[in-house]
Amino acid sequence: MSFLKINNLSVDYKMRKETVYAAKNVNIEVNKGEILGLVGESGSGKSTVGNAIINLIDEPGKVSSGSVVLGDLNIHENSESIVKYRGNKIGLIFQDPQTSLNPILTVGEQLIETIQTHLKLSKEDAKNKSINLLKEVGIKDAEKRFDDYPHQFSGGMRQRVVISLALCCEPELLIADEPTTALDVSIQSQILDLIKKLTQERNLAVILITHDMGVIAETANRVAVMKSGNLVEIGETKNILTSPQQSYTKSLVSSVPPTNKKISRFVIVEKENKKNKENNIKILNRWTKKEIINQDLVQVKNLNKSFDDNFFAENSKNSILAVNNVSFEIKEGESFGLVGESGSGKSTIAKMIVNLFKPSSGDIFFDNTCITKIKNRSELMTFRKQIQMIFQDPYSSLNGRMKVKDIIAEPIVLHNHSISNSDLNNYIYDLLDSVEMTQKSADRYPHEFSGGQRQRISIARALATQPRLLVCDEPTSALDVSIQAQILNLLKDLQEQLNLTILFISHDLPVVRQMCDRIGVLKDGKLCEVSNTEDLFLSPSHEYTKELLHLMPKIESIYN
Amino acid sequence: MLVVAFVSFSLFNFVGDPINNMVGEETSDEERAELRETLGLMDPIHVQFSRFVINASKGEFGISYQLRRPVSELIVERLPATIELVVISALIALVTGTLLGVYTGINRKGFLSDFVLAVSLLGVSLPTFVIGILFIYLFAVILGVLPSFGRGEVVDLGFWTTGFLTVSGLKAIILPSVTLSLFQMTYIIRLVRAEMMEILQTDYIKFARARGISEDSIKYKHALKNGLIPVITIAGINIGTLIAFSIITETVFQWPGMGFLFIQAVQFVDIPIMSAYLVFIAFVFVMINFIVDILYYFIDPRIRVKGDTASG
Repeated sequence: MSFLKINNLSVDYKMRKETVYAAKNVNIEVNKGEILGLVGESGSGKSTVGNAIINLIDEPGKVSSGSVVLGDLNIHENSESIVKYRGNKIGLIFQDPQTSLNPILTVGEQLIETIQTHLKLSKEDAKNKSINLLKEVGIKDAEKRFDDYPHQFSGGMRQRVVISLALCCEPELLIADEPTTALDVSIQSQILDLIKKLTQERNLAVILITHDMGVIAETANRVAVMKSGNLVEIGETKNILTSPQQSYTKSLVSSVPPTNKKISRFVIVEKENKKNKENNIKILNRWTKKEIINQDLVQVKNLNKSFDDNFFAENSKNSILAVNNVSFEIKEGESFGLVGESGSGKSTIAKMIVNLFKPSSGDIFFDNTCITKIKNRSELMTFRKQIQMIFQDPYSSLNGRMKVKDIIAEPIVLHNHSISNSDLNNYIYDLLDSVEMTQKSADRYPHEFSGGQRQRISIARALATQPRLLVCDEPTSALDVSIQAQILNLLKDLQEQLNLTILFISHDLPVVRQMCDRIGVLKDGKLCEVSNTEDLFLSPSHEYTKELLHLMPKIESIYN
Repeated sequence: MLVVAFVSFSLFNFVGDPINNMVGEETSDEERAELRETLGLMDPIHVQFSRFVINASKGEFGISYQLRRPVSELIVERLPATIELVVISALIALVTGTLLGVYTGINRKGFLSDFVLAVSLLGVSLPTFVIGILFIYLFAVILGVLPSFGRGEVVDLGFWTTGFLTVSGLKAIILPSVTLSLFQMTYIIRLVRAEMMEILQTDYIKFARARGISEDSIKYKHALKNGLIPVITIAGINIGTLIAFSIITETVFQWPGMGFLFIQAVQFVDIPIMSAYLVFIAFVFVMINFIVDILYYFIDPRIRVKGDTASG
């Protein structure tokens, strides 16, 4: 007898022209003391199901049919009845702890209000209860922190506060919607451990909604896979991850970068585009291909960067040393990975290499020229032409008011004023071909494309100047796994054919393992260690690297 | 402040010859020169300017050409009328504006919301004086219930004259203050409405709902408090604007306040009054912004603990 039973749940969004089914006839059961993982890519309806359970669907969406039974209560009897179960029987945790707490009420006020809404307790009792809760979720000095405002907590601590709020009225069902997506690996493992511990101690039924297969492998007892509103497959985590029955689940599992070995290409089950292989030759004709000579293309020497509140005095006592005496080299033709948690300075280094930031001290050499000392504009341009960057967020890195054609043409024209119109158009088409996009897309605007397609456009734009070094700052962290696999394959192919050198920045260790030849690990602006990828993963030398590798969620952990 | 002081000082000096304005036709050149000397008009510009600033900071702006009385005295006399008018209309604008804004923000599709929004559109687009004249026509001429001009009977408290203590004074303030507040009110309605609608979509409101917090508490405690933060900024700026707008309203209603004084001064090229008015308005703006900044400190905890970084 399951504790939570979702029968034939459907959620409709009535739009002007059509009705979109965000969830169709979903049947899920969850037992007490069990964590059910709900996975799927963006738009698959996994969050919709989570929100539909407590009937918190944004307009114009509506739960159109189905029932949700909790214990022996039919909580969807009518639209009013659910309100009294929210918080009381069902707790919900959202993805982003930065935005899920009211910024102008103290943590204590929010806890007391929630407790008093559901339980008949005096203010004093409610306060004691909240402080115990805060202690239970691992907040030190709970008595003192009780009166703090949300912004005084760090991201991980805030998520703990959110969990305490979700649990404060002792619900029996906890729905966690991507609870660790916004957090660093080390914090992520703490929060997941906390959720696991609470599930055991309080005998909760938990639905863990996530896109991260590693997280699922390490926490969930059972998994439900969703795709475009439909439940594809549901079963024991081990069975789903090791021998999936449905082809969609197979492709999803195979797109996840394995953490324990290096593979040459990601297997994409759904659609493998073999025919585009030759197309890259088109831009190869234009490409003045650099022979790989075994030398350092980039040398970074004793690089420092401090950020300052004080505009006038650098190195004042308030300044933050974002990059602290970092030195490394990137060989021509290799992929160099920089990994680290948020705030470790990895993006700052990338921005200094492409000359968007000026280093506070230290030198960067590109092809044996010191680029930090370039004053002359034309010299700067020849250097800029050789280094291009791909940014993390494909939604904000393309100008929404420009056609794709103009976006790609801009760098070409900038570096080659005399190019003829027909030649320019051909070049753009060749570039689009090489990133596996159709020629038609040239006349469309960025908003017409999906995240993965936009990232392809970004790559085409970066290739337009025929760079030697491609700086990729978290190029796939905004994308779904299957799209991520496609983009990473594309980058690998391009690198192979064009002899590109890649600086690959990521917090995602499995991805870095697949992409890079050598890896540097950053912590708090300091470089902990640099070594070959396989050496780093098999025998890390630095303590911090060991910790990171230990904490990273591993999809393979299911075999143990 | 100094910039405004300089502008009004230049007004004093370069718009016409003050001596010409002060003395009669048949004053001799010697007498003029003597007067110039005693008034310090022969001193270098910077000496004159610093004297102007020092005097202004003491509240002395010279003598009105037209009324032959010290400007500071005139301003003190007129100040209560304007302050009362502005305070009352600011209150009307803030209270009604916020209430209606919250109402229309929460009940987005009701008939009353549509009606309020339609009227507020009128309030934004019609100039103040048209509304003022319409009000006079409606309430004073046709209905005859409210006076169309003046302050009514005032009670002199020594340092302050107030219209609040007599029935005629209270009646008299209704039309001008409503007229004056209308523009700001519609502005605040729209602002609060937009803020409320935006905040009701945020994650923390959704999270509060998911915890089962009652709808009333969500709307009036969680959402409204956050929504009022930008309103305070705008309201601060707008109180300054109210004083500026009051020139027109005071003229339409013959309200014996500073704006009316200023208009009369412009008509008679009474430069000391004009420059004093300018300096005064600038002073009010600076003070209001200062007060708003202090208010922020109390309302928004994120500013209060600046420097105390996230820990734990």
